Amino acid sequence: MNEKRYVARSTAIASRVLGDETMVMSATNSTLFTLDEVATVIWEAADGATPLEEIVTKKVCAQYDITPEVALKDAEVLVEQLAEHGLLLLSDKPIAQPASLPKGTP
Amino acid sequence: MPGVMAAAQRSEPPSPKQPEAAAANVVVEIGGLPIRLRCDDPAFIRLIIERYAGYVSSSNDAGFEFDIELAPPGTESRDEDVRVTWDSGRWLMERGDFRAEWNPSTSRGRIQQTTNPYSLDSVLRIVHTLLLARKGGFLVHASSAIRNGRAFLFSGVSGAGKTTMARLAPLDAALLTDEISYVTRQDDRYFAVGTPFFGELARAGENLRAPIEALYLLAKGSENKIEPVAGADAVRGLLGNILFFARDTEFVKLVFNAACDFVSRVPVRRLTFVPDSRVWELMV
Repeated sequence: MNEKRYVARSTAIASRVLGDETMVMSATNSTLFTLDEVATVIWEAADGATPLEEIVTKKVCAQYDITPEVALKDAEVLVEQLAEHGLLLLSDKPIAQPASLPKGTP
Repeated sequence: MPGVMAAAQRSEPPSPKQPEAAAANVVVEIGGLPIRLRCDDPAFIRLIIERYAGYVSSSNDAGFEFDIELAPPGTESRDEDVRVTWDSGRWLMERGDFRAEWNPSTSRGRIQQTTNPYSLDSVLRIVHTLLLARKGGFLVHASSAIRNGRAFLFSGVSGAGKTTMARLAPLDAALLTDEISYVTRQDDRYFAVGTPFFGELARAGENLRAPIEALYLLAKGSENKIEPVAGADAVRGLLGNILFFARDTEFVKLVFNAACDFVSRVPVRRLTFVPDSRVWELMV
């Protein structure tokens, strides 16, 4: 795959790293997801500015004994799934992260 | 000072100022949050005073106020789904038997309901979940009791054993609720507070407060057993039992963060138990 893909965490989620895992809750439907150790690495690096391929080679392959080809294939599946649930945004261009606006809720 | 002594001896012991039905309002204080409830019908105010006995405040101060408008009996629908939405600076709360709105910036709201006090109960639960979320607290499906100055919470879905644990509590335990536990956060400590929200036991909890020793996720089994629950499992177990009405992005984030913070500071354990009083011997 030659085309660069960018990934960014949705602002409509809440997340927390707990040990090696990350819990992510969709704020739109309150569904909970648990990301394992490797998925957590990708999740934390999903800043909208770093291409997925670079995240895989510089973060995942640097920490785990896995080839870039296999890691990228797995990462593609993961980000597609997370995007389907609205947790990640995917684009072939860098994604600007909007500042979250606090609402005057009680 | 003999004058003062003489005056004290002459006086009757000061009785707490009782809310009068004629005033058509009453302050109900749960978890330290006083809410004034007003209604044109003094009989309904008397019903509220009776229903929330132990939680009716003698103080005239109330941080929040609701006007209650009573609808004629039979006007409610059977819709059991609660809808809580944020719209134009107000929380809107609706179910078949009530419609309410609350403006946090003015701390005022209004409730339309029939004379069924359980409709008011539901509105109060919702309002308290909204207020608590901002402070890192929550309401959770759990029975709770204080023993030796420490609060124990027993959480689970309907049928998990919340009321059973309340019924089995030893005599030296003070029951806070058999159904809905009220959890507040103060700095990095969590406290359980008594509530008038009850389940099968059909009696209000004692209006007391104590630091939380542990939260137990209930499971019935053939032997008594306690296992630690940590990390994502603890958050998932807790979130599954937190009262969660508002489908609002900001509110969801607050509740999620409250649950994560709680499990990072309070032990969460799975309690598998045989329903007899020996289970309380494990609460040390």
